[in-house]
Amino acid sequence: MGQIVVENLAKAFHIAERQAGLLGAIRGVVARKHREVRALDGVSFSLEAGELVGYIGPNGAGKSTTVKILSGILVPSAGRCEVIGRTPWKNRIEHVAHIGVVFGQRTQLWWDLPVIESFELLRDIYRVPQSDYIKHRDELIALLDLEKLLDSPVRQLSLGQRMRCDLAASLLHAPPILFLDEPTIGLDAVSKLAVRDFVKRLNRERGVTVILTTHDMDDIEALCTRVIVIGDGKILSDGTLADLRNRVTRERWLTVDLAEANGAIDDPDVTLIRREGQRVCMSFDPQRISPAALIGRITQKHAVHDLFVENPPIETIIAKLYAEGRG
Amino acid sequence: MNAIALYFRYIGLSLRGQIQYRASFIMQSLGHLLVTAIEFLGIWALFHRFGNLRGWKLAEVGMLYGLISMIFATADALAKGFDMFGDIVKAGDFDRLLVRPRSTVLQLLGQELTLKRVGRFLQGLIVFVWAIVSLPIDWTFAKVSLLLAAFVGGVCLFMGIVVIQATITFWTTETLEMMNAFTYGGEAASEYPLAIYRGWFRKFFLLIVPLGCANYLPAIAIMGRPDPLHTPQVVQWLSPLAGVVFLTIALQFWKIGVRHYTSTGS
Repeated sequence: MGQIVVENLAKAFHIAERQAGLLGAIRGVVARKHREVRALDGVSFSLEAGELVGYIGPNGAGKSTTVKILSGILVPSAGRCEVIGRTPWKNRIEHVAHIGVVFGQRTQLWWDLPVIESFELLRDIYRVPQSDYIKHRDELIALLDLEKLLDSPVRQLSLGQRMRCDLAASLLHAPPILFLDEPTIGLDAVSKLAVRDFVKRLNRERGVTVILTTHDMDDIEALCTRVIVIGDGKILSDGTLADLRNRVTRERWLTVDLAEANGAIDDPDVTLIRREGQRVCMSFDPQRISPAALIGRITQKHAVHDLFVENPPIETIIAKLYAEGRG
Repeated sequence: MNAIALYFRYIGLSLRGQIQYRASFIMQSLGHLLVTAIEFLGIWALFHRFGNLRGWKLAEVGMLYGLISMIFATADALAKGFDMFGDIVKAGDFDRLLVRPRSTVLQLLGQELTLKRVGRFLQGLIVFVWAIVSLPIDWTFAKVSLLLAAFVGGVCLFMGIVVIQATITFWTTETLEMMNAFTYGGEAASEYPLAIYRGWFRKFFLLIVPLGCANYLPAIAIMGRPDPLHTPQVVQWLSPLAGVVFLTIALQFWKIGVRHYTSTGS
């Protein structure tokens, strides 16, 4: 039995269709037409304690709906869901006391209060004993480097600072599970790194289970060993990052910096992806030609400054996966 | 920390936030006091011109007026979180309340205690005190208890109306201006004796939204005055309970609304 079990979860929304024009608006008031949108359509997965899972998909794929169901905000239309043995929507208060939730888009803190007072209020809301509170608070302040921010009202913080405070706020009651809904959205590079580093330590050192939804593929590459891909309310793929790569595409990318200005690479085993000045990027199938053989052939024909072989970026892989799922 | 202690924690923070802007607080309270004072001046002018209102003296109307003003100011200050619930839902902030291990009602009540309502409360209190001093009331322990009960019941009643107004927001997302007919409109109607209104209007404010139970019926019992509506004395004495019942029903309705929200997420 996993710590989080989701079985055949489905969620349908009824959306009132707006009709064009004044007449349409009047008709809409009298007899509204409804369209059913299946946000989730039979989603199943299971997580063991201590996993760090990336949950990705395009807008409207059902990521947020899943997180909202798991955190007890939404009730599904059908299916089963258990988090540490509890059904989130049946006993909301008991359930939410054992999870932490961070929404990247909006803060959990009180806008006008200094950060430290938000923390103290959360201590009282979550009934954290004072000694535990001090211990957790001091650890989080040290890990997230919050010392200088504590006395500022939340409204005066930058987005990155606010996110660090939000992370701390969601963990004051030391929940064993943390849901992060796009925690790096809109953050600058330095803040992103700080958030990633913190989440990684939280998971590796404390064994906190983390479900992370994101658009940022660097988050996934940096943090997650397991990736669940969702599209149109269905799970398209669930496995390690390497599995995902192997399943969707075997291709690898070769990037070459040519010495000559307008040199072209003409090789039957590669497909050109793009070229920027002297730099040429192309893909090849390592089962048809080994990287060593390919590089040998190219360096014989062309004068090369530099070259490297890499995996295609995860965006490309996901895009292929969606195309497959739709096709 | 238990729910009541947590409520006072919330309110403490809310008050501190409001006192930060002290000048604004004083001006707004004073403004409320003056606006409502002018309102009562209007009533006084009417009585000065016409002597009485279908057998009701100015002091008797003043007692009704003062009581409902204090009730309304208090309920308005307490239920601010529900009053602005439309904005909370629209901003998506209700999700934040749902992921905290406390009841939504407690968290919304804790949102704000609107301090500036103190101006209106004071104005009501002044009129009320003047009225009961002018009236020949022989005060007993029972009457004092009834007065306090009427105050509590009335506050519950108005809070119930605001809770219902907030609950409807779950379906409409906009705060319904229509509901102001019951809050502001109900308050204004209750400034005058219920007996002067038409039958259907009276019935509505006694049986559906029992505003008549907030000030009219208890005031009749306290004044020891004959009731033109001939309500039995026992009804007059039990009338404060109507507000408590009304709020209880409103909170059940609220629960249905929350369930609707969690199944639609809109």
